[in-house]
Parts: sequence; structure tokens; C-alpha cells
Amino acid sequence: MVTQEVNKKKETLEEATIRFAGDSGDGMQLTGGQFTNATAIVGNDLSTLPDFPAEIRAPAGSLAGVSGFQIHFSSKEIHTPGDILDVLVAMNPAALKANLKDLRPGGMLIVNTNAFTETNLKKAGYDKNPLEDGLGQKYQLFTIEISRLTQLALQDLNLPGKLVDRSKNLFALGLMYWLYTRPMEQTIEWLNKKFASKPDILKANLKVLKAGYHYGETTETFISQYEIKQAKIHPGKYRNITGNEATVFGLIAAAQLSGLTIFLGSYPITPASDILHELSKYKHIGIRTFQAEDEIAAIGAAIGASFAGGLGVTTTSGPGVCLKSEFIGLAIKTELPLIVCDIQRGGPSTGLPTKTEQADLLQVMFGRNSESPVPIVAAATPGDCFETMLEAVRIATTYMTPVFFMSDGYLANGSEPWKIPQVSELKKIKINYRTEKEGFFPYLRDEKTLARPWAIPGTPELEHVIGGLEGEQITGKVSYDPINHDAMVKLRARKIAQIANSIPDIKVVNGEEKGDLLILGWGSTLGAIIAATELLIEKGYKVSNAHIRHLNPFPNNLGNLLKNYKKVLIPEVNLGQLRMLIRAKYLIDAQGLNIVGGQPLKIQSIVEAAEKLL
Amino acid sequence: MAVEQKPQYTKADFESENDVRWCPGCGDYAILSAVQAVMPTLGIPKEKFVFVSGIGCSSRFPYYMNCYGFHTIHGRAMTVATGVKSINPDLSVWVITGDGDGLSIGGNHFLHAIRRNQDFKVLLFDNKIYGLTKGQYSPTSELGKKTKSTPMGSIDNPVNPVSLAIAAGATFVARTVDNNVKHMKEMFTRAANHKGTAFIEIYQNCLVFNDAAFENYTEKDVKNENSIYLENGKPLIFGKNSDKAVKLSGFHPEIVNLSNGNSKDLLIHDEKIKDRGLSYMLGQMGVENEGLPVVFGVLRCIEEPTYQERLLEQEKTAKSQKPKTSLEEILNSGDTWVIK
Repeated sequence: MVTQEVNKKKETLEEATIRFAGDSGDGMQLTGGQFTNATAIVGNDLSTLPDFPAEIRAPAGSLAGVSGFQIHFSSKEIHTPGDILDVLVAMNPAALKANLKDLRPGGMLIVNTNAFTETNLKKAGYDKNPLEDGLGQKYQLFTIEISRLTQLALQDLNLPGKLVDRSKNLFALGLMYWLYTRPMEQTIEWLNKKFASKPDILKANLKVLKAGYHYGETTETFISQYEIKQAKIHPGKYRNITGNEATVFGLIAAAQLSGLTIFLGSYPITPASDILHELSKYKHIGIRTFQAEDEIAAIGAAIGASFAGGLGVTTTSGPGVCLKSEFIGLAIKTELPLIVCDIQRGGPSTGLPTKTEQADLLQVMFGRNSESPVPIVAAATPGDCFETMLEAVRIATTYMTPVFFMSDGYLANGSEPWKIPQVSELKKIKINYRTEKEGFFPYLRDEKTLARPWAIPGTPELEHVIGGLEGEQITGKVSYDPINHDAMVKLRARKIAQIANSIPDIKVVNGEEKGDLLILGWGSTLGAIIAATELLIEKGYKVSNAHIRHLNPFPNNLGNLLKNYKKVLIPEVNLGQLRMLIRAKYLIDAQGLNIVGGQPLKIQSIVEAAEKLL
Repeated sequence: MAVEQKPQYTKADFESENDVRWCPGCGDYAILSAVQAVMPTLGIPKEKFVFVSGIGCSSRFPYYMNCYGFHTIHGRAMTVATGVKSINPDLSVWVITGDGDGLSIGGNHFLHAIRRNQDFKVLLFDNKIYGLTKGQYSPTSELGKKTKSTPMGSIDNPVNPVSLAIAAGATFVARTVDNNVKHMKEMFTRAANHKGTAFIEIYQNCLVFNDAAFENYTEKDVKNENSIYLENGKPLIFGKNSDKAVKLSGFHPEIVNLSNGNSKDLLIHDEKIKDRGLSYMLGQMGVENEGLPVVFGVLRCIEEPTYQERLLEQEKTAKSQKPKTSLEEILNSGDTWVIK
């Protein structure tokens, strides 16, 4: 065979944002995941946004069934998956319809024309074929017969048609590998491993992947190939990590740093289930996981584990937090360490299971009967879930209290390169079980931390009973005394409030310590806020941004920091929950940017909201 | 080397200094006293006992034991016990619950703890009424029961606790009654020695809201006619003069009068049968199957691996299959790259 040599230009770009979109059965998440790994290995900075429907297999070709995976990669430091797309790969008309609005004018639109059948067009709600309707004038349109080319590549293998069609995503992946000069080795290795026992499928997949790559290389369709150089990120060893993976690593690290046995009680719920799946693979290092009969049993078992001297953990999302709230109250009253992970999703009720939201903040802050304070920490990026979890465990075990660990669907499934920490630099978590009989009382507190002793069953002569009924100070004995109750309510509040003395001051991330506007955020909005703040500073505004990890209690210096700015803007994927807390506590007129669309905030929205205030 | 001695305790070692606050005459007193009497006989160090309860009159129980205890929330004691036992399988864990706590709000956990064969004891104080909330009907109250919340009588079919436990696959099921201290102690001892979920329904009289609910089984002149005390491997003899027994007619139990010299084909109790049919039938007698005496004693006691045994076994297998992995290795697993 004579290969036609086509002279292709190689252009160097600073960054690109691309999205693979297709039917939920088209393997878009897998394609995106592989592209992410290849991009990580090239050394680009990157940020991803998987976006998939809640239905496992919505009707093929329908708008409801569209699944997408977005990746933003760059030779510079980046913070978000990107506001708008440079490239959209649309595997069918529904994918085109659902995603085209995010493609920038002049961007590359790569479509699988074989999927643009009359039936599929109808399912997507197109009266006529959009490919023949001027799309080429607004975008760089590449119509490729991906399905047919896949079939051609496999025609001599005699595979069932369904199987052939299912590998077309690898054609698109191969093509994108060529277009952005990515190595294919790790995907080839991955396929080798995955299909080791199915040589036919392996052969087919490898053929299609390479066919896609060579298609880019040899046809004249593409005149340029792009290159994005390695990003200048801090030296070190990196891996790509999702928020849920980092959460698991955080728990494993906490177990090793504290010497505690982790007991995870969990009930499957999107988008938290992966934490249960991952953690259950670590039985060999003594981690115990329990898939309970419901959300309540999951936290109940975790609390039992903590009472018996383990570290009880429960993972869930907002609807699960609702069910667990009575038990969280019990953990508050009995003052047991416990980690409750809320991986937030769209609500109310079942809401948007696979979409992101930040609207559980007031729920975790106040969603229990009576005065029931709980420390809250929130992760800001996928990798940050690791350190945030360590901090949650430190607080829970130092102060004998349940702690909320907050993440969300965007962090849970999104990924970024993560600098692998040096284990020797991680701080040990000191655990002191009470064993000494002399002077033991279940609620006699440490003077500094106000924590009660952790005396676990099996310890001779420290037998005692704890429970949900109000107890006397020091002895913990059931007490209905009004003076005692008032004192205990205030003591529990003070115990949580004074944790602030052990947490680091909040620091300005970008900009000056004083100025016209502070953009204050929490959780997964960090990336978009940083990018927006940088843009605003470039434009000459006196803007800064700061981000809160500790939402309860707040860092001690937060009030003073807020007073250094003329205005404060709090962007949130809710209707202003942090804003309500900030206004109530510091009596300042903080303004909000609140878009609750099940999607991360866009940089541009924040820039616009800030400019309105400046 | 010191000779290891089994701990020597007396009943008093298990009595807490807290004032017992049940109503005078409550059946709970007798149950508490029987449990406290059994504890020293088990050869288990005191610090290894953990009493976990939910909410209700019976659930105050842990406060009156001088042991580790956890008075949790309504219906959820078995979930907490699951966690306690899964972190430290070496503990002797006792769940104290009632007909409302265990079968109404906690019904789901009841089924699932039992089907997993969680290695703890469950003492269900059944008084067929809500006591702590002052007299509403419970899931075991009989049809037509008039209470504060059912002025015209309950229209709910009641649940039979032992039927539910057997249906869920309980490996140990027994029934006893609060005025038979000797029998209670025997049942508690059997339960203590059982591996896996040991479920005991205790008929417990609530003097205030449901007095005399069990008088057919407690009053001297009638109890022998209405109760059968099971003995393994023996026929189900009962009656004032021990002159009655049970035989099967097809799938149905029938009373046989022994005084007629009719002692052939008597039903012999076998608590070890894996098939749940016999124990299920026995549990129904006199409760769901009226006109027959009620059985007390161990209905079923079989050996099955416990949840904790399986948990440890799996952990052992995992450890033998995978080398001990350091935190360093875990964090560095998968695709990594170095930036210089």
C-alpha cells in the first residue's frame, strides 16, 4: 500500500477546550477519560467536566440520552474545564443539538455524518439536516463518515455489526489524538489489558483507534495538526485524579496517619457511589466497607464503629443527608468522631442526580433539630479533596465531633493533574484512647480542645453509657435540669466555635489585601473565580479573590478581611447560601452571583457580575 | 507466668448505680434482673459487653447495666450494633428493643441485620403497646385493639415477631415470658452462646397501658393449658396434667390427648433443622394460628457463618492475595508522570 504523504502544518496553541458528545451508549466518558490520560502524560495542565444523563440508557438518539465529556488543556496553568469549546465532536444529531450552543464561532465541529439519518434527525427535533443548513459558514465543519470508516477498517474481521458500531468512539479518539499530537501508547496498553481475554475485540479496537489516527494524518480534510506544549507546573510527580478518587486517598491516608481502622457505611447514591466502590478495594490494608440497607443504617453503623474505636465514615449526597440527619444529631450529642461526606447534586428531592450544585450548605449547617453545630469543610478542586479530607479527620478526632466533608458532582467526576504528596510530609493524626481509670468521666473535657475522652468498649473499668438524652456535664448522666441543659447547649456551641483557633487564616488567592472588590467563594467555584479574578486584574480593576475551606467555624480573620474591600461578591451555584451566612455573621452587604443550572459557573458570568459592581 | 483466670463476677457487678425508672410492677424489672444474673455465668470479661438500644421504655435498659452501653435513636439500634461488632468482633453485643422500636420504625433494619446473621443478640420486649408515648397500638397489637389512637379499634393486622425473624433467616429464634425467670435465664444463656443473630421475643407485661396481655401464659390456673415449653428432641407435651401433645395432620398441627393412650406419631421438636418450615409453624401456633397453645423456648438454632466471620475471612483472603501496600505505593499507583 502506498501511503500518500500529505504535508501538514503543525501549529502550536496555548490551550484548547474540546468536548466529545454522543449517545450514552457511545462510550463518550471512556473516550474522554482516555484523552485526559494522554493529555496528562504530555504534561499539559488540564481540567475536565464529564456531563452525563441520569438514565443509564435513555432512548438511543434522543436529546435526553446525550452524554458529553469536556476537557480543557493548556501549556499554562488553568483552573476550569473552559467556558466555550474550540472543538465539538458530535456523534449524532442529538449530540449536535444539545452542545452546539457551547461551540465558539469559527470553532471546529466534527460530526459523524452516518448518524445523521432521517430517524435520528427527527429524534433530535431537526426538521431538516443542519449539516446542509449553513453550519459550515459559522464553524469549521468536518463531516466524516465515522461509522462507515469504522466498518471499513473492520470488514475483514467478520465481527457482529453491533460490535463494530460500538467501537466508532475509538475512531474519534484516534483522530483527536492525531489532531492534538497526543501519544496513543497508554490507550493501546489499556486496551491490551482490558481485552486480554477477548483477542477479537482487542484487535478490532486497536485497528479502529489507529484508523482514526491515520485518517487525520493522511486525508486532506485536516490541513493542520496542533500542538500544546508542556505546561510549566511545579516540578514533581503527578497523576490525574478525580474528586472522588482524591476523597478515597484522603481517607486511606487518614487511616494510616492516625492508625485508625476506617469503617465506611454507605448506601449507593449518585454522585457519591464511586467512593464506596473504590474504598471497597482496600480490604487488604484493613479498610472495612459496608453497603447498608439504607442511608440511615449506613450512618448508624458508622457511628457504632466510631463508638467501638474505629473511624466511622458515611458517604452520600443531599437526599441521603436528609435521611441521616437524626443520626448526625446523635453523633453531636454523644460527641463521637464521624465523617459525613456530602457529594452535592442538583435538587430539591431527586432533582438532577448527575448534575452539580452547591445548595446543601444551609442543610448541613442547620438541617437538624435543635442547636446542633457541626464543623464543615469543603474541597475546592478535585485534588483538594485529599487535603480537605485529612483536615476533616483531624477535626473529627481532635475535637470528638462529626464533621461534614463537602464536595459536589463537578469535583467528584471532574479531574485535574495532581501533584502526589510526599507521605513523609503529611502530618500524623494523634489518637488518644482513654485507658486510665483514675479520674475518668465520659464527659470530662480536655481543657484545650473541650473534647471528651474516647473510651472504647473492651477497655477495663471504663464502662459507661452514652446516648441521645441530654446529659449532665462531666458525668454524662441523664439530666433534665434546666440550668444544665442551657450550659450544655452553650458548651456544645462553644466547642465547635473554638475549633477556629486551630484553623489557618484565610488568605487572598489573587490580588491585593485591600481593594474595591473581593470575590469570595467556597467549594468547586474556585477555578472559575481565580480565572475571572485574573482577567479583572488584567483589565486594571482592584479585585481580589479568597476561598473558604472551613465553612463552620469560619477562619478567625475572615471578618477583618471582608472589611478591607469596598464590595464583596459571592458567586455560588445556589441562591446565596454562603452569602446569607456571611451577611448574618459579619453584617456586610455582600452581593451574589447565583446561577443554579446544574453546571459549574462560567468565568465570563463572574467577570460580568464583578464589572457591574465596579 | 500468671495463670489466666476466668473473671469472677456477681450479679451486683452488672447493676448500675442509676435509679431504675420503669413504672412499678413493669415486666422490664424481671428481664433486667435475669440478664444481670446471667452475665456473670458467661465467662466473658465485663468490659466486653456492649448493650445497644433504640428508643422506648425497654431501650432505657443500657442505663441500668454496669456495662458499655449506647442508647441510640428510635428503631436504629441494630445499625449501631452492626458497626460496633464490625470494628471489634471480639465484643459481646446485645441489642435491646421493643415491638414498636424493632418492628415498626426499625422493621427494615430488623430484617437486614438478621439476614446477614450479624453476630449479636436481640432481646425484643414485646408488650403489644407503645408505652413511652403513652398508649398507642403497636405492630403486635391485636386486630380491633382499642387505644388512644384507635378509639374504634385497630384495623391493622399484627405482625408475629418470631415469624418475621424466621422468614428473614434468623439462625436462633426463641420466645420467653417475663414472669418465668428460670426460663428467661436459660434462653439468655443459650443466646449468649449462639454465634450469629440470636433473636428472643420476650412477652413483657405493661401494667399501665396493656395489663394482662399475656395472662393466658402467666396465670397459674390457665398457663399450662395455653403454653408449650419446647425441649429439643422431645414431643410437645403440655396441659395441667402434662396430658396433651401435638401431632401433624398434613401441614397442620393438631392437639392430641395423651390420656386416651394415643401417643403415636407425636411431633418431636428439632431446633437444628435448616428448613424453616417446622420452626415457622411452631412460631405461628396460638398467635397467627389460633386455638392452639403458644410455644416458648428455642424454636430454631442452626449454625451458619456470621457476618463478622465472613468479614474477617474476606479481609484475610484480600491480605493473602495482595501484598501489604504502603500509602506511598497507593498514592503513586496508576499512570503517573514527572515534571522537572
